[in-house]
Formats: sequence, C-alpha cells, structure tokens
Amino acid sequence: MKIIVCIKQVPDTTEIKLDPVTGTMIRDGVPSIMNPDDKGGLEMALALKDKYGAHVTVITMGPPQADDILREAFAMGADRAIHLSDRKFAGADTLATSNAIAGALRVLDYDLIITGRQAIDGDTAQVGPQIAEHLDLPQVTYVEDLQFDGEKTFTIRKSTEEGYQMLQVEGPCIVTVLATANKARYMSVRGIVEAYDREVEVWNYNNISVDEAKLGLNGSPTRVWKSFTKGAKAAGKVFEMEPEEAANLIIEKLKEKFII
Amino acid sequence: MDFSLSKKEILFLQMIRAFAEKEVKPLAAEVDEEERFPVETVEKMAKLGIMGIPFPVEYGGAGGNNVLYSMAVEELSRVCATTGVIVSAHTSLCASPIYEFGNEEQRKKYLPKLCSGEWIGAFGLTEPNAGTDASAQQTMAVLEDDHYVLNGSKIFITNAAYAHVYIVMAMTDKSQGTRGISAFIVERDFPGFSIGKKEKKMGIRGSATCELIFENCIVPKENLLGKVGEGFKIAMKTLDGGRMGIASQALGIAQGAMDETVKYVKERKQFGKAIGQFQNTQFQLADLQAKIQASRLLVRMAAWKKDMKQPYSVDSAQAKLFAAETAMEVTTKAVQFHGGYGYTREYPVERMMRDAKITEIYEGTSEVQRMVIAAALLK
Repeated sequence: MKIIVCIKQVPDTTEIKLDPVTGTMIRDGVPSIMNPDDKGGLEMALALKDKYGAHVTVITMGPPQADDILREAFAMGADRAIHLSDRKFAGADTLATSNAIAGALRVLDYDLIITGRQAIDGDTAQVGPQIAEHLDLPQVTYVEDLQFDGEKTFTIRKSTEEGYQMLQVEGPCIVTVLATANKARYMSVRGIVEAYDREVEVWNYNNISVDEAKLGLNGSPTRVWKSFTKGAKAAGKVFEMEPEEAANLIIEKLKEKFII
Repeated sequence: MDFSLSKKEILFLQMIRAFAEKEVKPLAAEVDEEERFPVETVEKMAKLGIMGIPFPVEYGGAGGNNVLYSMAVEELSRVCATTGVIVSAHTSLCASPIYEFGNEEQRKKYLPKLCSGEWIGAFGLTEPNAGTDASAQQTMAVLEDDHYVLNGSKIFITNAAYAHVYIVMAMTDKSQGTRGISAFIVERDFPGFSIGKKEKKMGIRGSATCELIFENCIVPKENLLGKVGEGFKIAMKTLDGGRMGIASQALGIAQGAMDETVKYVKERKQFGKAIGQFQNTQFQLADLQAKIQASRLLVRMAAWKKDMKQPYSVDSAQAKLFAAETAMEVTTKAVQFHGGYGYTREYPVERMMRDAKITEIYEGTSEVQRMVIAAALLK
C-alpha cells in the first residue's frame, strides 16, 4: 500500500504570547512544530505501515525551514519526503495551496492520502477537502479511527457533533485526521541520527503541471478585509452553590438578559 | 570554535525532552517513594533506541555518539535521576567496555541485545573492602580447563537485580597487583552467580542497587574481556566514560532543580511580592545558573573528546567533579528557596537533593576525581 501524508509546519500556538499593548501575536522566538492533526495523520499512516508494510511519503508546501518537519517525519519512520518550495507558491490561501499540493499528488502513486483535519495557525479545515475535489477522490473528514481490510477497503470512524459515523470507503481516497485519533510515536534515536543524511526531494513549479494563475498569491481569491483582536471581556462572577441552586441561578440570569 | 547545536542535536533534544516530560516525569515521585525499578520506562526507551545511543548500527546501536548520549542522560535526569542512572550504567559501564575491549564474537553476541534494550547491563568493580582503592580486589578467578571459576562478591551494583549481563573484575593473579586483575562478561544465569541483598538508599531509589555473589561461578573462557591482567586498565577506562555519564546525570539534576526553583520563586509571594523579585534571590540564582552552564560545557567537552577519540580522562573527571558538586549545591539551595514546602515530598526538590548526593560518590568520589586531575597536573 502506498500512503501519502500531507503535513504543515505551524507556529506552536500554545507558546504564542500576545503583545499587551497592540494585541498582536508575538512571533519572535515561537517554535515551529509539525501541525498536531497532521502528526496524528502521520501516525495513522505509520501504524498501517507497521501492520501491513506500507510505503509512506510525506509532502509539505512551505518555506525552506519547513524542511525540519520532513526530517522529523523521517525520524518517526516516513520513507520518502517531498518539499514543495517555490516563490511562485508564496502567499497562497487554502485554494492555491490545495492546487499546488493536488498538482504534486497527480504525479505520485497512492492508495490512501491522509491530511490533518486543520492547521492550528489557520483553523480552516479546507485544504484536505479541496485536494479531494481537485483529484475527484472520495473523502472522509474528521477521522478518529481507520482500519484496513488488507486489500482495498477502509473502515472509518468519523467524528460528528452528535457522536460518530462508521463508514466503509474503497481506496484510493482521502481522509482528514484528528490529532486525538492516536498518540503519535516519538522519533527514534536512529531515525534522528539518519534524518539529515537522507534526501528530501525539493520540488518547484516545474515539477507540477498546474497553471501559474492558480498558484500563490495570484491563485488566492481570499482577501483579508480587516484583522483585529477581540477586546478582553470583563471578569466573570463566581458563584459557589449546590448544582440545583446553580441551575436555577443560570436560568434566572439568562432570563434577565432576555436570552431565554 | 562553534558552540551551536547541530540540526540533528536540536531534533534529538526535541524528542528526548518530550519523552522525559511525558513518560518519565509523571513516574518520578512514585518510583522514588516505592523504590521501584521503572521497567515500563526502560521498555519504552528500548523501543526508541535510547539504550544503545552511541553504538554503531551494525551492532544494533542507534549510530549516534557520546554527545547525544550525554544529552539523553541529562534530560532524563532533569526529571528523574533514577532513569538517568539506569541508562548511564547500562551504556557506559556495560555496553561500552564490550564495544571498546570486546572481540568481534563478544560484540556480536552481546551488543545487539544490550542496544535493543532486550538485555540490561551492569558493572561490578566495588567490593566491601575495595572502594576508592579499587586495586584491593578480593574476588578471585581461577582458570580450569575451558572456563574460569569466580568466587567473591561485589557491592553497590547499579541495575543489578534487572540486568542480564555484568562486566565483572576479578583477580586472576594476586601476585601481580593491579596487573593481576582481569575483566569478565558474566551472564545472569551462569551457574554459581546470584544477586544478594538490595540496598536501601538515600536517593536514586528506583535504581536496583544490589550485591553480586559468585560461588564457584562458571564463566566460559571466551567471556574473558580483553586479555588476562587487563582488567584494571579496562575498569579505569570504562569509568572515564562512566564519569561523563554521571556528570551528565548531575547536570540534569541541577537543571531540574533550577527549573523547579525558577517556577517557584515567580509564584511564591512573601512581604507583598514574589520572592524572585528580591535581589538576594536573584543573585543566588544567577550564581547557580552560571555553575550549571559551566558544568554543561565541561560535560559536553568530555563527551565530544570521547567522540573525537581524544584523551578525555581528565576532562571526564573535571566534568564529574564540578557537575556533581554543582548538583549538590543547586539542589540544597533549591530546597532552601522552597522553604518548608521544599522539605516536604509535595515538591520534587527534596527528592532531587537526595538524588544529587550520590553523584559525588559513585564511579569515583569527588576525592578520586581530584586525584585524577591533580595527577595529570603534577606529572
């Protein structure tokens, strides 16, 4: 089985501090990490590899320093790494990003494509589904478990707001995975020692056949109208009481504000 | 000169720190309290290759080096000194001498099992009457046909109860003094070998420190490590590496205590402000931090020299002397900064202070390190 995992380097948002005066994000010194949902996706692929002997390729689009997460993927057990890096890809919104990645995927063989559900820096959850549309592949989003029958069919547990759905899908297909689907493995020492001696294939515009107008800033219809920081809310009130009393108090307060 | 970490070292630190934080730290207090050898942690470390960091891939190692190994012992000890010494004794005192002094058969037989963590290693030199004076060995080894017969005992052996392989020193010719000592690779199930009483210790309480007993223990001739009479030399060279490991452990303990103290002095308020805002606190912390960083540079240099195959015996002694005494000072002051809370088991600094003390004692006391350093100075 051939599996391709799409991964992204993101700032570690748990480490981000806001400038108390301007309210903007202080990016300096914030470490970059492999996006947690993508790491869950990579773990899912590596678990399939452990069980069925799959070949796992990781692919990312990003600036040169995104190389670090491909090395991390090598150290976790990935077999091949592709880095889409070209100035023509820069400034891409989710659509242009998915165009570039789908372009690269068209050149590759796969039985299963895995992406993370969403990246913690943008939280759009759009790139995975967009890739599926570009490639005209069946897609299952919000995947928390995936079993393989050893031949062609995947049995998938998809998380929903109400609970979950069980689905059967034939490959090739795309799934977008939640970080909570598994506990991602640690890099192995040997994997780390060898990670920087292995080849990361750097692909540029010439490696993918995608119209330039669909890439980078040119291919991005998203326009940011305004960005702002929400003002801090006033401090809340804490009431300590028995649950029943508390329920009555909540109802009272909601009525007061004409919410119910 | 370049003091920056390589990309590989940064990636390694990322892994080992996450592992220490998530897998090792949550068990540290329990392992200490219950004097429990953390078998499950060793299994996890084995899976990741942490039990064979500096050895070549052809012997089942991770293909890393001593700098990475030293970083691993530091980071593990930062949260749990017991876990740090398990790795250090296993790697430096058992796998290392087999790799450095063993023949090809011995390397092929033992290293893959040790590096994969399937087997744990230990080392036996100290005896009831041979501590700092390690030459006063009383354990005897007599050659009979195709095997040696060992009689005697070893004490204070780290990992003893859980190890499968032991590097053991014994007298093959008493008339030759230190040149009459030979080294042997002893397996746990060799006839006549047994594990004696377990020590009740002040610190590193999760590491199983026991006595080794040899009663007509049969050791095949091919398990002689190096040549007859080379045992003392092998032991001393092995301890050079071991000291670098223990220096890394001491450094980790000191750093761990500093981490806890920095957190505490920012939170703890007395006289209307955080105690970290008092200059007395700041100046003391600054002095300690400078010593921790100095320890780190000494430790890294010793490890780097070993990797470069340069003489590093004195570097190792300096690193261990300074890092161990720094660990003792930092942990003692960390308890003081924590006040009454620091004296309780609610906070980890109390454990760290107990753990730190052993680093001034085992694998050569601080006095032995001073002997090594002074001897090189005055030769």
